[in-house]
Amino acid sequence: MLEIKNLHATVDGAEILKGIDLTINAGEVHAIMGPNGSGKSTLSYVLSGREGYEMTEGSVLFKGKELLELEPEERAGEGLFLAFQYPVEIPGVPNTTFLKEAVNAVRKYRGESELDAMEFVKQLRAKTKELGVNPDFLKRAVNAGFSGGEKKRNEMLQMAMLEPSLCLLDETDSGLDIDALKAVAEGVNAMRGADRAMLVITHYQRLLTYIVPDKVHVLSKGRIIRSGGPELAQELEEKGYTESVEAA
Amino acid sequence: MAQEILSTDPYLARFNAAKAGLPGAGQSWLSELREEAAARFRDLGFPTQRHESWKYTPLKAMRGVSFGPAGGTGQAASLDRVPSLLAPLLPETQPPLRATLVGGVFRPDLSSLDALPAGATVDALGPLLEREPGALEPWLGRIAATGNDSGDQPLLALNTALFDDGLVIRLGKNVVLDSPLELTLLGPLGDEPTQLHPRILIVLEEGAQATLLEHHLGYGDAPVFHNGVSEIALSPNARLTHVKLQSAPSGTFHFATTHVTQDRDSFYDSFILNHGAALSRLETRVKLLGEGADCHLNGAYLLRDRQHGDITTAIDHQVPHCTSKEVVKGALDDRARGVFQGLIRVAPDAQKSDGRMLNKTLLLSDKAEIDTKPELEIFADDVQCAHGATAGEIDHHALFYLRSRGLPEARARSLMVEAFLTETVEELGAETFRPLLLERIRDWLGTRSLEEKAA
Repeated sequence: MLEIKNLHATVDGAEILKGIDLTINAGEVHAIMGPNGSGKSTLSYVLSGREGYEMTEGSVLFKGKELLELEPEERAGEGLFLAFQYPVEIPGVPNTTFLKEAVNAVRKYRGESELDAMEFVKQLRAKTKELGVNPDFLKRAVNAGFSGGEKKRNEMLQMAMLEPSLCLLDETDSGLDIDALKAVAEGVNAMRGADRAMLVITHYQRLLTYIVPDKVHVLSKGRIIRSGGPELAQELEEKGYTESVEAA
Repeated sequence: MAQEILSTDPYLARFNAAKAGLPGAGQSWLSELREEAAARFRDLGFPTQRHESWKYTPLKAMRGVSFGPAGGTGQAASLDRVPSLLAPLLPETQPPLRATLVGGVFRPDLSSLDALPAGATVDALGPLLEREPGALEPWLGRIAATGNDSGDQPLLALNTALFDDGLVIRLGKNVVLDSPLELTLLGPLGDEPTQLHPRILIVLEEGAQATLLEHHLGYGDAPVFHNGVSEIALSPNARLTHVKLQSAPSGTFHFATTHVTQDRDSFYDSFILNHGAALSRLETRVKLLGEGADCHLNGAYLLRDRQHGDITTAIDHQVPHCTSKEVVKGALDDRARGVFQGLIRVAPDAQKSDGRMLNKTLLLSDKAEIDTKPELEIFADDVQCAHGATAGEIDHHALFYLRSRGLPEARARSLMVEAFLTETVEELGAETFRPLLLERIRDWLGTRSLEEKAA
């Protein structure tokens, strides 16, 4: 699904990623953990195509295509979804309008027919119910005035509606209380499947109690310094990052 | 800075030649009014950038063009129909009330006024002045002169000297128009440079209520100097919703001066969508003369290429307990230039006044420019007044967010602009009109794909 080879990337001329190798197969859930400043968010922004993040070396293949040559909207069309650490507030754009435009843009890209209003609303209602999202969300402007937990749930709703094949979750747990965290984890777990892969980026082990990964990687100073199974997350929680970093 | 860029001579010569034949020429009050106006225009000259209020709107683009009178061309033009904006919004059983002017001349054949209720009249100005001499004396020119506010307005004076037609809308006590009235002002249809000075007078007696949609449009790109003046008087408790769409073609220089006087507890709810013409200035001056009067001056401007659009407003709180609210937002693309000047003046005795003003501009190109000047002149001490102005680009974080969800860049941009402007449309109380305005905004955004910018 995703094949990252020797990825080097700079932000404003400073090299943040210094040679990342990572392969994620369909059906797998990987977690990337690491201290602040290790390059976690940079990795998610490079993959999703944010301006100002430049790959200087290496390659990223997504379903066999050079991912970084695609525009952000093309990446979405190909099936990449980034759940933002800080979802953006967009006053004036109703959430429903936004979701419908997004779903149909992605369907169009994939060569599928666009959903009519009826079919869209039907699907939206079903997903809203499934995720326990407050229907009032839909009438409001995108994320405008939402609490932290509401914003993250809204990300989960978008993810469910867009049916991506690779989900990047960037610090989705930061700032959430335990109830919101559980709700978000349930949303993610409901989407796990043989055709879908996930990359969970987090600072804390807590989220990985609810979203149990197949593999855990430790990122430090722009490189993956350790990889292991879910037990690695537990070890990091107990011993902290320092030991791993020093051992590397 | 160039001095005396436009000569008043051709206009004064035209006044002297035409005055004996202008409507109402036989009535001394009107002849005197016109003579005074012509003299004032001669003294003031055309506005230049040396005038504080015209600092940002130069008229040099009009230099060297000789605008001839429209004459009877509007009367003679053959037209089957003029498109109605309101008809699609109303049920078929409720055809809109319409009054249409072509080239400044009222066209009964393109108007539909049979359904007006008793106590409401809509008349062509020229014939009315002949038919009811004296009926307009208390209003015409007097509304604009209230509070000595007309001294620095040469274009108002020029219109007063030269107007030859227009409309008079009168609603008697407690008369309510159930259907909105659509005023269509279609520009001249010829190829020659033309000047127009239409005059509109709207008088709502106590408790009367009306909704107007005023639509300016035209065909072709011949130069047109449109110099309109509207005078609006709202008696106690009268309510007027006034939506204006300035969609004139690209050869037009569109100037409109609107004077409003508001008596006790009256409500003026206005919305301007300014997106037409090469050069436009929409100037609205409201005088709040009775306690409890409330005035909303909202609007949006959408300009591109080298269009220049100026929205200038002055709201005068002359008595206590009045409120005014103003939200004007715009999007400027290419080398377009926008101007917003808003003044809230609160007289010494006008305690408990509440005046709010906001201007926001989205710059879609780094060559676009906005000059914004919100001003408060407050002489009372117990008031609530606030103003604000911002200008900026589209939020790049939001743009990336939308694109990361699959929206193509062009659509992401237009959605952001639409959202930005929707906020001002929602200020309009008359919800029926909101879809119409939003559709216009979408049309504008769609007329030229923003993809060029994305590339």
